[in-house]
Amino acid sequence: MAAVMPAPAASRLLLSGNEAVARAVWESGVRVAAAYPGTPATEIIESLARYPDLHTEWSVNEKVSMEVALGASMTGARAFCAMKHVGLNVASDCLMTMTITGAYGGLVIAVADDVGLSSSQNEQDSRFWGRFAHLPVLEPADSQEAYEMTQYAFALSEQYETPVLVRLTTRICHVKGLVTVGEREAHEPAGFIKNPERWVMVPAHARTRIPGVYLREETLRGVSEASPLNVLEPGSDRRVGFVASGPAYMHVKEAFPDAPVLKLGFSWPWPPEKMRALAAICDKLLVIEETELLLETEIKAAGIACHGKDVLPRMGELSPQVLIPAVDRLLGKEPAPAAPAAAPMKVFPRPPTLCASCPHMGIYYTLAQIKNIIVTGDIGCYTLGAGHPWNALDTTICMGATMGVALGIDKGRGAVDKNKRIVAVIGDSTFMHMGMQGLLNITYNKGNITVLLLDNNTTGMTGGQATPASGKDIHGKEAPRVDLAKVVEALGVANERIKVVDPYELPILFKTIREEIKIDAPSVIIARRPCVLIDDFKPFRPYLVEEDKCTGCGNCIEVGCPAIHVTRREKVIKPSGREVELAFVNIDNQACTGCGLCVQPCAPDAIQHVPRRDIPIHIVKT
Amino acid sequence: MSHNDITNILVCGIGGQGVMTATEILAEAAIAEGHDVKKTEVAGMAQRGGVVTSHLRFGRKVLSPQIAPGTVQVLLGFEGAEALRWSHYLRPDGLALVNNARLVPPVVELGLFDYPEDPTGQMRTAGRRVVSFDAMSIALELGEVRLGNTVMLGAIADYLPFAPDVLLACIVNRFARKGENVVDANRRAFAAGREAVAKQLGAGVTDPTSEPAPA
Repeated sequence: MAAVMPAPAASRLLLSGNEAVARAVWESGVRVAAAYPGTPATEIIESLARYPDLHTEWSVNEKVSMEVALGASMTGARAFCAMKHVGLNVASDCLMTMTITGAYGGLVIAVADDVGLSSSQNEQDSRFWGRFAHLPVLEPADSQEAYEMTQYAFALSEQYETPVLVRLTTRICHVKGLVTVGEREAHEPAGFIKNPERWVMVPAHARTRIPGVYLREETLRGVSEASPLNVLEPGSDRRVGFVASGPAYMHVKEAFPDAPVLKLGFSWPWPPEKMRALAAICDKLLVIEETELLLETEIKAAGIACHGKDVLPRMGELSPQVLIPAVDRLLGKEPAPAAPAAAPMKVFPRPPTLCASCPHMGIYYTLAQIKNIIVTGDIGCYTLGAGHPWNALDTTICMGATMGVALGIDKGRGAVDKNKRIVAVIGDSTFMHMGMQGLLNITYNKGNITVLLLDNNTTGMTGGQATPASGKDIHGKEAPRVDLAKVVEALGVANERIKVVDPYELPILFKTIREEIKIDAPSVIIARRPCVLIDDFKPFRPYLVEEDKCTGCGNCIEVGCPAIHVTRREKVIKPSGREVELAFVNIDNQACTGCGLCVQPCAPDAIQHVPRRDIPIHIVKT
Repeated sequence: MSHNDITNILVCGIGGQGVMTATEILAEAAIAEGHDVKKTEVAGMAQRGGVVTSHLRFGRKVLSPQIAPGTVQVLLGFEGAEALRWSHYLRPDGLALVNNARLVPPVVELGLFDYPEDPTGQMRTAGRRVVSFDAMSIALELGEVRLGNTVMLGAIADYLPFAPDVLLACIVNRFARKGENVVDANRRAFAAGREAVAKQLGAGVTDPTSEPAPA
């Protein structure tokens, strides 16, 4: 991902919200931008990495990325970090003190809420951080606004020496819209000034600065009142007036084009006078916000009557079709029934699956064969091990939690679980993000855990970003490569308890796990194979099923590979009198990349390499 | 809703099929015609074989990026069961253009769920206007499976509120740097996609009296 020539100023580009934020960060003269990948925010830094003249990095976690940005700001440089909602939980320790030091060079944090949980373990409303940390929150409603508000955020940050939160949601990050772009500004850092009262947060210093935080918040309320980001649109149909922030504004305009709206782009602190002015011109006030009833509670506390979550859902995305019946309810009308043609058809679910040749398949196929184990899991593609056909993962909480949860189960279990073995699964990127501390805690506290460290040489779930163990930086250039086995040893795991295995070699994998779980000491099995979606993966010769040899046992289906398909099913009565259903299979050799995982459980040897002459040849390279 | 000039196109399929790229090219064509455009999808876990939908809305001014059920003019389905899954997004006079691909997920192979016998037939029974064709075979006949996406774009080209050449120009532009052979192959794939649909609409597969939507 080498730097490319950015599109010239005044270009009108189709950009996602993430790309629009990246463009604005670059134009704002930012010198340092850091992030850990996380849906839906990943593409912000990915996109920024293609711009010249700034340092971009994959940090090992969100807390570190925020600290890097803060350090850059201390020198007077403009700095930026981006994260998904749960990333800000990790970074919050920094955030809650950074609000006291304040920013020197413009400092902006983009936080993306996965409203509707498209790829997250929970749903959170990051606007709370604005209240908790007393920081301003900006909420764009589309790509153009994401671009403009990010630039506004840098100016605001420098003028009031405050870090600024730009709150995005999935429907901002991943929606593409037209954006007119500009030039990059130059911002030479003014220089680091030694100032312990400001930068050394000991109690005495923090105590003197905290009143300034509250004062700043009051000042910003006034700024918000006058800000062009907060617009009162008087409308003509004044039965219901709307307060809307973020993408909710677009839904309101779509569904109720003639209604009065207070559009909050600068949503914390929100402007009380504009709010009262809206309330004065409409019969009822309805607050449209994703996801918590935050503005609603505050507006009511300010003595302004309003509605919100009494008629609207408290979780998930809003849309015009959610708003219309809610407003009907508010107006005492019976909501119009949905047209029968608009009812969804019943179709099987299609959950995400592991890819053909995914090394994780070998792991979960094996874990599914081992009885009497408790498997704690973590965040990544390998969370899919909880699904069919493996059902081989018992817990998933948050980044790195596998280690602590496993130790807790070990120490907390009573007689009923005494004979169970505990396996903690974690990916390489998650291990470096927040798993290393947990492993240290296991060794220090003498836990009896077998850790499966799945080293696929990338951050897989977010699309294959480099990590400190992949030997590449964000630009794909060579970087120091951390040796995971040495890290594990340094964290206190005995050398003889560290095993490196190939997850495609099922017998060895099975034997290694069986041996390690029997030993009463922490052990780490590093299962090493590259993710199939990264350049390091080289496909092998695909396989086919020799039809006459297939006995329909279905063993290969239990591997969970999406390239294996059932061609026919047949019910037979076994000599024991038991009826079983046979499933005869074939392999889609366009999808098969020849890992051989399915070959190993095939008893009749029906799975063979595709003859060389039949390997599909691509005539036109596109 | 007062934005009657908005065209809603829903493209659906499975992670890895090229749904998002196809929609991106459709968006470029709409921009070239001077429309305001919004395009949205939820991508997160899509590349793991999950369901992918891409919403494309264009017109004078697009507000909400999400298409409401019952308002899609053209549904471009990369896979049969996925087209069926999203068919309630079509408005009553909407048109579904569906690739006959049958991509069966592991949960079906494991016997946990059934794949519909005839997804496009089911759509027709429900009163939908459907044209189905085998984009993969068409692409393979042209010598390259990856031309399937251009076949799909060819299929929709005559059912957009602008000339097919606008869309073709965007495809050509995208492949220009890959050389003349690739561009020519894509031109042929585009033409083949158009023909596949025209042939069937002419043959009365769907109600021949209804107008193609949108005008």
